[in-house]
Amino acid sequence: MSNQKIKCAIIGSGNIGTDLMYKLLGSDKLELTAMVGIDKNSKGLALAKQYGVKPIYNGIDGLVADPELAEIIFEATSAKAHGNNAPILKDLGMKAIDLTPAAIGPFVVPSVNLKKDRIVGLDNVNMVTCGGQATIPIVKAISDVVKVDYAEIVASISSKSAGPGTRQNIDEFTVTTAKALQEVGGAKESKAIITLNPAEPPILMRNTIHVKTAQSAEDHREEVLSSLDDILKTVQRYVKGYRFKADPVIKGNVVTVSVEVEGNGDFLPKYAGNLDIITSAALETGEVMAEHLRKEETAQ
Amino acid sequence: MSNHRKIVFNDVTLRDGMHAISHQYTKEQIAELTKLIDESGVDIIEATHGDGLGGSSIQYGFSKESEEDIITTAVKNAKRAKIGVLLLPGIGTIDHLKRAREWGAAVVRVATHCSEADVSEQHIKKAVDMGMDTVGFLMMSHRSTPEELLEEAKKMEYYGAGTIYVVDSAGALTMDDTRRRIALFKENLSTDIGFHGHNNLSLGVANSIVALEEGASRIDTSLAGMGAGAGNTATEQLIAVMNKMEIPHIVDLYKAMDAAENVMKPMMNRPVQIDRLSLTLGYTGVYSSFLLFAERAGKEYGVDPRDILTKISEMGAVGGQEDWIIGVAQDLAKEKKYV
Repeated sequence: MSNQKIKCAIIGSGNIGTDLMYKLLGSDKLELTAMVGIDKNSKGLALAKQYGVKPIYNGIDGLVADPELAEIIFEATSAKAHGNNAPILKDLGMKAIDLTPAAIGPFVVPSVNLKKDRIVGLDNVNMVTCGGQATIPIVKAISDVVKVDYAEIVASISSKSAGPGTRQNIDEFTVTTAKALQEVGGAKESKAIITLNPAEPPILMRNTIHVKTAQSAEDHREEVLSSLDDILKTVQRYVKGYRFKADPVIKGNVVTVSVEVEGNGDFLPKYAGNLDIITSAALETGEVMAEHLRKEETAQ
Repeated sequence: MSNHRKIVFNDVTLRDGMHAISHQYTKEQIAELTKLIDESGVDIIEATHGDGLGGSSIQYGFSKESEEDIITTAVKNAKRAKIGVLLLPGIGTIDHLKRAREWGAAVVRVATHCSEADVSEQHIKKAVDMGMDTVGFLMMSHRSTPEELLEEAKKMEYYGAGTIYVVDSAGALTMDDTRRRIALFKENLSTDIGFHGHNNLSLGVANSIVALEEGASRIDTSLAGMGAGAGNTATEQLIAVMNKMEIPHIVDLYKAMDAAENVMKPMMNRPVQIDRLSLTLGYTGVYSSFLLFAERAGKEYGVDPRDILTKISEMGAVGGQEDWIIGVAQDLAKEKKYV
């Protein structure tokens, strides 16, 4: 019984949902049973079918019709769609891992606050945004050493990796990321900026983190650098291609760190690290949830 | 000229000009400039952080005054001109726009990179809902072919924008480049058409005239060209040329000249001019507001800022990616050390 996988499904068959599908297919704790979409011609749904995952073409209704399909749902649609779906999933007794910036449930950034006892009992958790997953660990690493008055992040992603959901949620991206920089990163105030870059070949996801500290960060240079190195290694455990893009700059009470994220190339090519950073975080979260559910079921 | 539409002047002294002064205009300066610009006869005065609503940041530089003070000061001091704001989705949000509207902004230009118009849908629709004069602003227009640019313009038209701009953010368009883009817009769009020029290749006035000849009816200018890079099309210079060409308008030449000479130029920190660095912007096609950032990084890391800009151009940076400059300067400095 202890090797029993927990059933899960993905809602949303766009870039993020499809990349997540590849990652879930390799999980030894989660069994992907279905991919839910609304577009019959979606590439993601065709791929799901090809990999033996049940494609559902009529959106959440298909899930309501067959609630035995999954215990955990990964939502990779849009903030608005998740706003509609969240109460339905709750009624079905399903746990939601939300990859949209809807921010209905509490924020989870695995390298910072994915603790089993924290997420047990929650029926909805939010994965912030790709930019949040890439930058909040850095802010946290600095705020662990010196108090952070203000954190500002700039995420650059390639145009090709930004599907319609991401584009329509551009305001939600900035608002949700800024909020999580405070709640999870430990900054007193915050701001988030995103730019889409159409260069060919596509650019790797890149993030710049500017932080203003309450006291001089320069006086704690070695501690700050070593805290940054530690967090880098922690994130690399689930996202291999996460690394510094430029040398961290520490001047007085301003710290600037630049990181880039090379993806696994599961669905889109390696430039789309913005997919990997959030889908890998969701996978980590899902596996922790699954382990708990499995124990619960074994105990019964 | 065959075009009998009234030509609308959109002044950017207090918005693009913000870049040239690192966003440090005081309320008093904003009040004084607004009065003079208003009296000269322009139709719209844009007043925001250089990177638009929400632009005040470490990344782009903090504004001296709050967004509210910038906008309300302009609103209070303009008797006839409408006050406009710039909004770049990804930096500013609909919430920012709602507040700007409450403070009295009547015009918004929703700006995206030339190939990314679809991030403007929500913002354009909301602005139209709020009854604003809503403009689609396609930045770095030199990076797209005229045909590709038209496709993006059509999206903005569909979302509801009443005017669509060809924006030469890098001052990199030649006169033929401008002509083809504006002519294609004129043929295929039912909106008004605008042109925003930068003077990096010394073509600010020439490109604006070409745009008017091809049917543009809105033109961006600023006093003494106050703006990013080598500056924008200078109001007084364009007016002088339009007078000679007998293109009708209602801006007063002497008032614009006096405001530029007596008030604007003394406020400048760094002369807004064509020099080797601003010329490099136009030559390599880099977003004009990168000028001061490249200059500072060049000094700090001991590298030629022209090399930074050239590299940035090769990397295909778009507006808003000033953070790439430090990484490039570091790399160039390392290469230099190992040669």
